[in-house]
Amino acid sequence: MDFELSEDQVLLQESVTRFVADNYSFEQRRKLVDTDQGYSDKQWSQFAELGWLGMPFAEDVGGYGGTPVETMVVLEEFGKGLVAEPYISTIVLGGGALVHGGTAAQQQELIPQVAEGNLKLALGFAERQSRYNLADVQTKAEKSGVDYVLSGMKSVVFGAPTANKFIVSARTGGAARDEGGISLFLVDADASGVSVRGYPTVDGMRAGEVTLDGVKVGADALMGAEGEGFGALETTIDYAIAATAAEAVGAMSALNDMTLEYIKTREQFGQPIGKFQVLQHRMVDMFIAHEEAKSMAMMAAMRIDDEDPNERRKAASATKVQIAKSARFVGQQAIQLHGGIGMTDEYAAGHYFKRLTMIDRSYGDGDYHLARFGAVS
Amino acid sequence: MDMTFTPAEQAFRREVQAFVAENLPAPIARKVADGVEMTRDDMSTWMQILAKQGWLATNWEQKDGGPGWSTAQKHIFEEECAAAGAPDIIPFGTRMVGPVLLAFGTPEQKAKYLPGIVSGEMLWCQGYSEPGAGSDLAQLQLSAKLDGDEYVVNGTKIWTTQAHMADMIFVLARTDNSGRKQDGVTCLLIDMKAPGVTVRPIITIDGRHRFNQEFFDDVRVPVADRVGEAGDGWRIAKYLLGHERSNAAGVAGAVRMLKKLRAIAKAERAEGETLMQDQDFRRTLADVETRLEVLRMTAMRNLARASADKPVGAEASVVKLGMAEIRKDISELSMQAGAYYANPFDPKAIREGWGNQQPIGADYIFKLAPDYFEMRARSIAGGSNEIQKNIIAKRTLGL
Ligand SMILES: Cc1cc2nc3c(=O)[nH]c(=O)nc-3n(C[C@H](O)[C@H](O)[C@H](O)COP(=O)(O)OP(=O)(O)OC[C@H]3O[C@@H](n4cnc5c(N)ncnc54)[C@H](O)[C@@H]3O)c2cc1C
Ligand SMILES: Cc1cc2nc3c(=O)[nH]c(=O)nc-3n(C[C@H](O)[C@H](O)[C@H](O)COP(=O)(O)OP(=O)(O)OC[C@H]3O[C@@H](n4cnc5c(N)ncnc54)[C@H](O)[C@@H]3O)c2cc1C
Repeated sequence: MDFELSEDQVLLQESVTRFVADNYSFEQRRKLVDTDQGYSDKQWSQFAELGWLGMPFAEDVGGYGGTPVETMVVLEEFGKGLVAEPYISTIVLGGGALVHGGTAAQQQELIPQVAEGNLKLALGFAERQSRYNLADVQTKAEKSGVDYVLSGMKSVVFGAPTANKFIVSARTGGAARDEGGISLFLVDADASGVSVRGYPTVDGMRAGEVTLDGVKVGADALMGAEGEGFGALETTIDYAIAATAAEAVGAMSALNDMTLEYIKTREQFGQPIGKFQVLQHRMVDMFIAHEEAKSMAMMAAMRIDDEDPNERRKAASATKVQIAKSARFVGQQAIQLHGGIGMTDEYAAGHYFKRLTMIDRSYGDGDYHLARFGAVS
Repeated sequence: MDMTFTPAEQAFRREVQAFVAENLPAPIARKVADGVEMTRDDMSTWMQILAKQGWLATNWEQKDGGPGWSTAQKHIFEEECAAAGAPDIIPFGTRMVGPVLLAFGTPEQKAKYLPGIVSGEMLWCQGYSEPGAGSDLAQLQLSAKLDGDEYVVNGTKIWTTQAHMADMIFVLARTDNSGRKQDGVTCLLIDMKAPGVTVRPIITIDGRHRFNQEFFDDVRVPVADRVGEAGDGWRIAKYLLGHERSNAAGVAGAVRMLKKLRAIAKAERAEGETLMQDQDFRRTLADVETRLEVLRMTAMRNLARASADKPVGAEASVVKLGMAEIRKDISELSMQAGAYYANPFDPKAIREGWGNQQPIGADYIFKLAPDYFEMRARSIAGGSNEIQKNIIAKRTLGL
């Protein structure tokens, strides 16, 4: 057993920490997320140069062969600064779908472009009626000669406004909510019939509603075998759960640091409010919540690539359940302990709280994953 | 024991229902239902409709221009207004400054300010909190120095709800630094348009503009606008706390939130059925509903005590604590019901509604997360949960 980072992983961590310290002060982030695009192209290129965009991909497709542990390291540091670049949507979701579901040709063609920072991806997997069930797909893909014609709508697609390509789930067969009959397709953002209604999300990130109105794609847009895309999609989302767990852990750690500092310095009734035992115990509970979340993010990083799908599912769902509990508690109590200033947009705590809340709203909330864990274990 | 209202009270309830149904302007009701931000005009319109009926200063005696209602009538009125989706009344005039002036004001002050309060034409805000004085209010530093027949006021107030709409602010200021902190506090009424008053809007984490910071820079306030004597401010503030608002509106507000949540759960789909058919969701909903029953009954007990002229002390804090928690929880559950659609954020839609725009997702979803964020303030504002518990521990349990 060894829970320490390797030397290379420590170096990676240090470089991400430095990037966040230099570029993601609260004021810098606020300016950035208030721009139209919501993130910086320059920083995205920097990610490419530093090797972070190619990190999780195999070396033979232009990546650096990183494991989920490297992803954890990067995202935990990102979480501390609430990094707004579309890393999760392009690398974890889009890149993940390519890795788990793409053909060799698709990987060879696209992953190098992703790693170089020239291609942004977004994964459309949720729909208006689906909630968190990945198999609840109504978007249709109908065969038309050798091509497919896609019609439907994908909801709250993270990173949609600036994605160059979408990967979407669509039904080529099977009944409503069947896992069989779901296929994954690559769709150019500028293909005819694709429209994106982009918007900011409450945590300052960007997402969009992606409408597919008779979008024609060739057979080479199909990822893997027709009707067998569900497994790749589910795996990708489980990896995303592991990655966002690390991001949440980073955000909780920053939020706890900020709150601890605040209660040590804020004075009421002639003493720091941190002297009141009720707040001390609350802060201890927040500390415990972060430790518990950290344990599970580490577990997920080490277990998410388990060959046995049920082990992977259990790892992802157990992690998400704990992240939901911890993120909720830490977020809510950080606001409470700050009092009035915690409620303001001009103070950092609320922004961490909001990101943590939205992580809970993504890939299944705590209740959803408790049920899923129960079903597979 | 009997928990039904008398026939007369039930008739009164029907009277209120009929009045509100007939007189609440539909556009305002729609804004409340959609959770769209109220303008000053919306607020005044409704307050003045009530005022014309003599129903604005509900807690005042008839001789002072109020309806002279019993505690039960006030409770019924608040319940029915909230149930009908009327906007909350701005409490600062009729429920705070008004009673203070009635108890401590000079005849001149009464003549000058009470009519505007009873008619709803003059809007007030409450300037207690400061950056350094929140839970520890006695620490307040806003300085008021006597200069002839005027006070010269310098300093700042913060978290002031609706200061950006108000005509007047009533502040607690420091006129004396020598003795016990509480003894140097004085209550002043300040015109928001007086030279030297500036208002800085503060946007909250839900993207709305509810409260503000005010700066006072050599603001001259006539001694005639001091309530009570210099040094009476703390006693006056305490008097107001003793006139704790009834919890009826809070309970009815929670009932309204719950009704909305049920509608959402019936509209949202989960696994091909409605979310309402989901076992886990129903259990959580049932849990909140039973807790609300507990609160409703506890509020009724307080009502019965107050009606019998028995003191309501810690019992009111029990309901305030419960209300804060349950409203936070209902808003959280509503956001949970929205699943992925809790994410989109459109500040303009939150302020003004979707208008002609196509909503993102269902038209009710977009503000569920902002409402949840906003609700966090329930356990901070007006005495935090921790402070409420400290008070029960000290005053009631003798700890
Ligand atoms: C099953 C059992 C086995 C034990 N075995 C041993 C043993 O082998 N050897 C031995 O020496 N002792 C033993 N103890 C005694 C044990 O260490 C004491 O019970 C314990 O230290 C608490 O002391 P107390 O019972 O006097 O309670 P108190 O100290 O009077 O505490 C009463 C309550 O007040 C709370 N409290 C006290 N101080 C604070 C504070 N500063 N802040 C907040 N809350 C506070 C406590 O948490 C508790 O809830 C045992 C006790 C039990 C129940
Ligand atoms: C939405 C909103 C509207 C408001 N509107 C108004 C208004 O119109 N007018 C006005 O004057 N004020 C208003 N306030 C201010 C409000 O009254 C204060 O925020 C509140 O009193 C808490 O003060 P604080 O924010 O300075 O927090 P602090 O007092 O600094 O408290 C920070 C944390 O410490 C805890 N704490 C403090 N003391 C103790 C203790 N002794 N024991 C245990 N815990 C303690 C608190 O519970 C809190 O969790 C509003 C606040 C909000 C959020």
